[in-house]
Amino acid sequence: MGKNWWKILGVVLVSYSIVGGFLVPVPELPILNETIRNTYFHIPMWFAMMALLSYSLFHSIKFLAGFDLQHDNKADQSVQVALVLGLFGLLTGMIWAQYTWGSFWTNDVKLNGTAISMLTYLAYIILRGSIEDEHRKAKVAAVYNIFAWVMMILFIMVIPRLNDSLHPGNGGNPAFGSYDMDNTMRIVFYPAVIGWILIGAWITSIKIRIKNIDDTQKYA
Amino acid sequence: MEFSRVKSLVHKEFLLDWKEKNSIASILIYVTSTVFVCYLSFQTIIDTTTFNALLWIIILFTSVNTITKSFVQESENRLLYMYSLANPQEIIMGKLIYNSVLLLIISLVTFSAYALFLGNPIVDLPGFVGTLVLGSLGLSILLTVMAAIASKSSNNPALMAILSFPIIIPFLITIIALSLNFSQGVNDAQNFRYFLAIGGIMAIGITMAYILFPYLWRD
Repeated sequence: MGKNWWKILGVVLVSYSIVGGFLVPVPELPILNETIRNTYFHIPMWFAMMALLSYSLFHSIKFLAGFDLQHDNKADQSVQVALVLGLFGLLTGMIWAQYTWGSFWTNDVKLNGTAISMLTYLAYIILRGSIEDEHRKAKVAAVYNIFAWVMMILFIMVIPRLNDSLHPGNGGNPAFGSYDMDNTMRIVFYPAVIGWILIGAWITSIKIRIKNIDDTQKYA
Repeated sequence: MEFSRVKSLVHKEFLLDWKEKNSIASILIYVTSTVFVCYLSFQTIIDTTTFNALLWIIILFTSVNTITKSFVQESENRLLYMYSLANPQEIIMGKLIYNSVLLLIISLVTFSAYALFLGNPIVDLPGFVGTLVLGSLGLSILLTVMAAIASKSSNNPALMAILSFPIIIPFLITIIALSLNFSQGVNDAQNFRYFLAIGGIMAIGITMAYILFPYLWRD
């Protein structure tokens, strides 16, 4: 129990955000209307994905510092979980876009940035698959992971500032951060973010342990 | 890092190219035939957006094809010999300088052939050529690191393209936006921000290549 409190917390927070997300009243905004409830499901995916990718970056750096394959395993598994979360974020976003902007895919910098980040990390997985030697694979993958993370941050942080975006807070669109997201939304939104990050961490930790068991069986 | 060793490494690359002239000749023929295919399919391009997009796609594919070789062509024995002569930072800097010069030549040749066949709608030519220079420098930095990574796997020929395209896109779209501005003669405050973004990406690319290449170069 003492070690597992954060898993329980994650389940409780996500369940709360699902119930609260559908029941708690939301501000009535033009175009968005009730679809604003997607905030509780779409945006936490990105937070959880970014948290896992940063965790992966941390372990890639740790791997290069000491060449311990355990760190490589952690980096690999968290990228895989982050990709799944990113896929869910993309799907929830696409459905939302269809109902508010009128099409599943628009030429928006954030959408393109996400697509490119996903491609980068899919390439990371392909790269791992195409190198046989464990140590060489781990080293090369760690270097690529660091490169990929920096380029993704550049894309997410810098490029949108050079162009307009349809997303809230850009190009004159209403921003949920400043005035549209009222306090009732916040009491659901922040727990949802924390909950999904914890759930993502939990899935990752299970995957890491499965990989470790596989490895001990393979080399035993 | 000693500059004299970097110089001799760059010198070595050029000597190799001089010795095996068909490698650089094949790149130039690749560019010319690609441009000619575009010419036969388009005849002339008046629209600057299409002009820029096509030009940069040709340059992107040519540079990926060119730079892929830069680590694969070194044989195991020659690599072992180089490990004993220079340290990794010197080797990556040598490769970066050599690839930059190579890509600079290639992109200028590409642009000349392209403008010759398809017409030249560029308004601000000096600015455009400057963007071309910046673009080939940046492409060579990012692609050299990706080539070093891709060369570690021997059984996947598509790996270089898979790894580098997503990484290169942020840089490429900024470069295309800048060159589009110059080709339309737009010279506003936006250009300065593009320059800043391009310079930033290049600086980060060089720094990371310098820090990370020592982990890649031998195993």
